[in-house]
Amino acid sequence: MLFKNKKTTSSDGAQPAKTKAPIADAHYLSVRESRAIAKSNARVIRALEKRKKRTHVSESEYLCEMQDPNNIVEFDDLRTYFFTDAGVSKAVDGVTFSIPRGATVGVVGESGCGKSVTSLSLMQLVQAPQGQIVGGSIRFNMGNKAYDIAKMPISEMRKIRGKQIAMIFQEPMTSLNPVFRIGYQLDEMVLLHTPGCTKEQAKARSLQMLELVGIAAPERVYRCYPHELSGGMRQRVMIAIALSCDPRLIIADEPTTALDVTIQAQVLDLLREIKGKIDGSIMLITHDLGVIAEMADYVVVMYAGRVIESGTTAEIFHNPLHPYTVGLQKSKPVVNRKVERLYNIPGQVPNPIDMPDYCYFKDRCTRCTARCEGEYPHFIQVSPTHRVACYLYAGEDGKGGPDA
Amino acid sequence: MKEENKKDAVAETSVPAQEAPPVEAAEGPAAPAEEGAAIDPAAQEPAEGHAAQGEEKGFLADNVRSLSPMQLVLKRFFRSKLSLIGLATIVALFLFCWLGPLFSPYGEETIDYDANGRLNVTVTEIKIPLTDENGDYVYDEDGNQVTVSVWRVQKSEMLVDTLANPSAEHWFGTDKNGYDVLTRIMYGGRVSLTLSLIVVLLETVFGVILGGLAGYFGKWVDSLIMRIVDIFNCIPTLPLLLIIGSVLEGAGVDPNDRIYFMMVFLTLFGWTGIARIVRGQILSLREQEFMVSATARGLSTARKIFRHLVPNVMPQLIVSMTLGLGSVILMEASLSYLGMGVPLTKASWGGMINDVKDPTVLQNYLNLWVPPGICIVLAVLGFNFIGDGLRDAFDPKAKR
Repeated sequence: MLFKNKKTTSSDGAQPAKTKAPIADAHYLSVRESRAIAKSNARVIRALEKRKKRTHVSESEYLCEMQDPNNIVEFDDLRTYFFTDAGVSKAVDGVTFSIPRGATVGVVGESGCGKSVTSLSLMQLVQAPQGQIVGGSIRFNMGNKAYDIAKMPISEMRKIRGKQIAMIFQEPMTSLNPVFRIGYQLDEMVLLHTPGCTKEQAKARSLQMLELVGIAAPERVYRCYPHELSGGMRQRVMIAIALSCDPRLIIADEPTTALDVTIQAQVLDLLREIKGKIDGSIMLITHDLGVIAEMADYVVVMYAGRVIESGTTAEIFHNPLHPYTVGLQKSKPVVNRKVERLYNIPGQVPNPIDMPDYCYFKDRCTRCTARCEGEYPHFIQVSPTHRVACYLYAGEDGKGGPDA
Repeated sequence: MKEENKKDAVAETSVPAQEAPPVEAAEGPAAPAEEGAAIDPAAQEPAEGHAAQGEEKGFLADNVRSLSPMQLVLKRFFRSKLSLIGLATIVALFLFCWLGPLFSPYGEETIDYDANGRLNVTVTEIKIPLTDENGDYVYDEDGNQVTVSVWRVQKSEMLVDTLANPSAEHWFGTDKNGYDVLTRIMYGGRVSLTLSLIVVLLETVFGVILGGLAGYFGKWVDSLIMRIVDIFNCIPTLPLLLIIGSVLEGAGVDPNDRIYFMMVFLTLFGWTGIARIVRGQILSLREQEFMVSATARGLSTARKIFRHLVPNVMPQLIVSMTLGLGSVILMEASLSYLGMGVPLTKASWGGMINDVKDPTVLQNYLNLWVPPGICIVLAVLGFNFIGDGLRDAFDPKAKR
């Protein structure tokens, strides 16, 4: 690792000091501590930024081999940290999962558990300079070769952004540039990524895309400004822009969160319909389990920067294993089931700074056992596709097969 | 870019009411609000299969015609009386300066040699010592020689019609060189107006590039450019320009070229304001979601700054440009007044006011310096009114 975590013992060390020092000291960093943090942050950020900003890097440096050539993306022990003034926030800490070709992978979790940061890491869009990919790899299948995005310099990322991986954002209201017509923004994308494309061809392609996403009067919308369209229409345009260059992977970061329910349904229908028409995978990030159940082939459940359970949609919905997944399912309203009060998981996602080495969900878990005090649980393979990180399903050695 | 949009927008709307001149529209009922114009997606639910059909039938949403952003801005602009007055003043000044000379019998450097029989009268006092009968000089009791004054009056036909009073021939009279003042004001206006336009355009190009880079990249680029801006803001402009003027004169620069140098130096001292505005705007705009989305689409940095961010700053830019025009006109006038502007034979408003340095002109010949002064005031006021009007028109929070 590039940096030393100087504060590993601070949680123990704070205990005796609490009695003597005023209460404020327990809550706030001392001047010396904060200075040490700032110093180590600056050093690490400088090194990482320097590596990212290089130009003329030989391709061999970030070429890699896919573990399974049928995968589009393989996240392997990805670590994306935020170097904040309060310490290193491990927003994504050792995430491993893969997105098969032509499949939809849903990533679920509460707010602040690292879903978006995972997707932003894939595009190298993490808020720099604080946010940095510090370890692990993201193998991206380019067809005839594979790139490790975690090692790619920023200058090379333009090969991938837009053309290979497209992104649909949460806020259709603000994701379009307000001063340009829809047509200009669509054409720009097509012209940029299609060498030797003429303006007429680009326009034809744009209109075709607008029609594909179910816009009834493409010629008209083509001439509109973003403010003239409603949220649902704008999200359709965003999807059209994302699809216009036939990307291998579409990242949909909570694409329906900002829309009302009827429009949500329309947009989801559209995404599902389009998935059949294009030859690409979708990484769907959401906290809405209903959306996942409807759309996804595989589900990845994240908690506090780590994957805690993953499997096919059927496995996760019919046989949820991790208490967190169970809790999430219970807190989803279901038609035809009468409950007094909707279940909620008590507490909230911890801020992943200086996390102790035990299961992060321990404090909120209702099925906590003595073993949970131990180190962070390893993955337990329940079936070839289903795995969970929880001691409830571990053997005596903490790693073994299911014995629950 | 803006101009293009405007033309498109006008071509796009075919409802007669909206083709009416904006002034008229301003008095009509309130314009449909932007929000009301959003297309209802429900109307387009049938989607795909019915798309072609929908084109023929026309959708419910197609009945709603809204104003383009440019139309909205113009509407609000023309609603304000003050900005209308400003616009009228500026248009009138431009017409006066560019078309006026066509109707004037005099050119910029035409000296009127026809003095209409005006006479040049010179009175000379000749002192002749007083002598008595003996031919001796007479002294008073203090011992001073006693003299007799004889006044010689010389009358000659005037060769050049100088300092003529306002008449039908010369509406504002002529100046000391026999130039027609009215014609000179027209030509002087050309200099002032073109100079200010060019300087403001140059300033804007400079300011946008440097401010854009500073705002987008931040960190050391921002610090460096902003410190340069601070340094330029610390320099007292006028004295420095005067020194530069003397240096140019000393270096033997052709007086005809001096105006170009002046433009360069005015630009050099003027870009900082624009750079600050652009930087401030881009600083907040670059954090917007649409910029993240632009990055995700794989746009290059230059494209992001100059094609996506700068058009967003356009409203602020246009306002500061119009306000800048006024101040450049003032600056040019002061420099010409101080003798640093165009060469003597050429006219400029500031240079014409320069004549007040002669107390006789200041007291007796108001027709020489009041008209160009009024022109300067009108131009500056006009540009400021337009600027204020545009600022209100571009204000996104404006409700009406």
